[in-house]
Amino acid sequence: MAMLETHDLTAFYGDFQALFGITFTLGEGETVAIIGANGAGKSTFLKAVAGLLPRPARAVRFDNRDIGALPAYDIVKLGIALVPEGRRLFSSLSVEENLLVGAYGRHTDGPWDLPAIYRLFPALRERRNAPSTALSGGQQQMVAIGRSLMSNPRVLLCDELSLGLAPIIIRDIYAALADIKQRGTSVVLVEQDLLHAMSVADRAYCFQEGRVSLTGRPQDLSRDAIHAAYFGL
Amino acid sequence: MLGWIDTLLQGVLLGGLYSLYATGLSVIFGIMRLVNLAHGDLIVLGAFLILAATSAGVPLIVACAVVVPIMFALGYALQSLLLNRALGRNILPPLLITFGLSIIVQNGLLETFSADTRRLDVGPLQSASLPIGGGIAIGIMPLIGLVAAVAVILLLNALFYRTAVGRAFRATSDDVEIAQLMGINNRSIYALTMGISLAVCALAAFFLGTRANFDPSIGPARLLYAFEAVIIGGLGSLWGTLAGGIVVGLAQTIGAHIDPEWQLLSGHIAFLIVLVIRPRGLFPRAVD
Amino acid sequence: MRTGSMSTVTKSEKVRTRFAVVRETRASTITLILAVSAIVILFALPAFASRVLLQELFYVFTMLSLAQLWNLLAGSAGLISVGQQAFVGVGAYALFAFTVIAGLDAVLSIVLSGALAGLVAIPAALIVFRLRGAYFAIGTWVVAEVCRLVLAQVKQLGGGTGTSLPPDIASSIVGLDSVRDFFAVRGPAARDMMVYWLALLLALGTFALVYRLLRSRHGLALSALGDSETAAESTGVDVFRTKFLIYVLTAVATGMVGALIFLQKARISPDAAFSLIDWTAYVIFIVVIGGIGSMEGPIIGVAIFYLLQYYLAALGSWYLMLLGALAIVLMLFAPSGIWGVISHSLDLSLFPVRRKLIAITGSVPDKDGKP
Repeated sequence: MAMLETHDLTAFYGDFQALFGITFTLGEGETVAIIGANGAGKSTFLKAVAGLLPRPARAVRFDNRDIGALPAYDIVKLGIALVPEGRRLFSSLSVEENLLVGAYGRHTDGPWDLPAIYRLFPALRERRNAPSTALSGGQQQMVAIGRSLMSNPRVLLCDELSLGLAPIIIRDIYAALADIKQRGTSVVLVEQDLLHAMSVADRAYCFQEGRVSLTGRPQDLSRDAIHAAYFGL
Repeated sequence: MLGWIDTLLQGVLLGGLYSLYATGLSVIFGIMRLVNLAHGDLIVLGAFLILAATSAGVPLIVACAVVVPIMFALGYALQSLLLNRALGRNILPPLLITFGLSIIVQNGLLETFSADTRRLDVGPLQSASLPIGGGIAIGIMPLIGLVAAVAVILLLNALFYRTAVGRAFRATSDDVEIAQLMGINNRSIYALTMGISLAVCALAAFFLGTRANFDPSIGPARLLYAFEAVIIGGLGSLWGTLAGGIVVGLAQTIGAHIDPEWQLLSGHIAFLIVLVIRPRGLFPRAVD
Repeated sequence: MRTGSMSTVTKSEKVRTRFAVVRETRASTITLILAVSAIVILFALPAFASRVLLQELFYVFTMLSLAQLWNLLAGSAGLISVGQQAFVGVGAYALFAFTVIAGLDAVLSIVLSGALAGLVAIPAALIVFRLRGAYFAIGTWVVAEVCRLVLAQVKQLGGGTGTSLPPDIASSIVGLDSVRDFFAVRGPAARDMMVYWLALLLALGTFALVYRLLRSRHGLALSALGDSETAAESTGVDVFRTKFLIYVLTAVATGMVGALIFLQKARISPDAAFSLIDWTAYVIFIVVIGGIGSMEGPIIGVAIFYLLQYYLAALGSWYLMLLGALAIVLMLFAPSGIWGVISHSLDLSLFPVRRKLIAITGSVPDKDGKP
């Protein structure tokens, strides 16, 4: 039984159609990667699931409940949290305030509170009162992840975690991700970094121009198949 | 020389009043990027509501204490029922809605209370003053007004910087889309913001009504002073708004000292000058 | 096979799809014919219309002009001003100054007044353009207040209480004597005819100005601006210059209308010349109810406004409250006004200012010259 699933999910930006009927499932405790070229609709998909884009009411189901008609601020309360692309920290809030704001939509108890986040990302503790904009890209990404974790989500949607980060930082981020998965959180990972994405995922989807072009377990997908699905050749 | 010191003091005290006018406007600018063209008229509405309560026999202070939550509720309703429907990138609908509201409030007050000028009576406090030497005296009511202006800012800053809901306000102001991802209902935040704005307007109304005569038509001028104070002070900073109010107040009293007919013009000129040399204001904080 | 391919090649011919930009619609051609007829009739009207009708139409033409101009600013350039009364007032006071103090001819004064309003608009724009959006709106209001307060200090023009135009000024409009004799009417009636024609000319001139602007490359720049300033800038549109030009031109025209309005009223005061209600609130209402952003909108708007004014103005404050409530309802439920509703459901455009991309399919001869 899938915990989170989409049926025929479509999404538009004005008149422009970005998604053409995506069918997707996520099981409890799973980590699923979504790969694809720029503009393939990966971020759009996460935004649609998280409620930031209008979508058909029955296209998204969580715990067997249609959530398509819910606004974003209700979806996070159900336990689906999105770490947005480009970090998007609150610029007038400090690091700690950014984390605390993440708990605003918390409706369940869980492992994640401020001390737990600081244990996960020790670098943040010493910069807790700094303006969030003063941090390096990697540290901002840590704040963004921590902020989303503070709502104790059952599903964590991660949009391009490694974008613009140095390899050594990406390694740290993925190490933290392993810790997060270990606590039972299900993760959907949108990534341009194929290597990292496939190394942590249980299953993967490839998007191409708003459609699913390939899906399966990483070990079952050949490099040629991925190549073809990625570029639509 | 003494005349000038008195002028400056009066300017600062007047600035306190203008700051009270402006704080409500500053809050909705900061959080919602909304300009409420009916802002001045709503202050006048508050004054008339207090007047109506006192005419019904309610003591002035009690009337004020009652009108503040009433105006809060009015602001909340205004945003929830009307302005939240006009959210979006286009600035015209909220602008025109508040413009229409301004006309409705002004003319509604005119029909209900007539064009006669009124005054709120504080009894002996009206003309009480505090001598500070050299023959100069500070009016007690204007002084209380300045203190109130500062107190309101302290209170609001405490709300915005020390509470969870305050963080929600600030997050909404920074990035309303991501704020929703945090579970923040932006419509509720906006409604609360408008409620706070009108509550401060009610307080401002008290000082408006006790300080000078008022009638239904003086709203637009208050809006302009409030707006100038906010822009001069810089968007996003409440202390900046206080400073802006004081700048406008000083400009007006200094202008009036030179020639009484130049009072209003001096305030506007000061605004235009600041706009030219420091377009983002004196203490800008928000990145708009 | 991907859709939208541009050519399929067969052995002996190429069929290529070409594209062209067209502006005229069939409706616009019909409108042109009707409009020309209407204009001819309107010009001939003084020959058989009553003075009252001419005065009412004067009001309609001047409000229509102001509405078209505000619409150009707000609907096309995205500059929402609640301070256009500044230029009405400056134009009006300039007229009084040019005729009474400088002794110039009335019609010449109208033109000069417009120019003066334009001159005032230049520093005003430089200051006020530092503000954006709704803040810009209030900034324009402050500018109007400054103009009002400054002019209220000018004692030669009546100071705070205002002054009247000596009767011989209005009677000295060039050509008035000939008109008076030709139609065999008295001075005041001839004067009504003259200002009526001037108002009609100004209205047509305003239409022509707006129409030419929208059809020009500035008009194209404006539509781009409306969609996205940043994108427009990146394609080379000089955002600042376009907005500046529109703002100043609008001020010139508004000043001329203001000058004419107060020539007709023959009496001026700061409150009347710079009235927010008369020259901004009513104008915005006209544009909004007719349909912002279209040239057809203000025509419908002024007609509806005139009817409302005619039947309901006697209600005083209640009438104003009704207008305010109507504006709110419109903004919530029909933001593109009545014309917006009509043109969307019928896909109609009477003034050919929009550009339509159409495909023309034709065959291109191959190198042997065979079709």
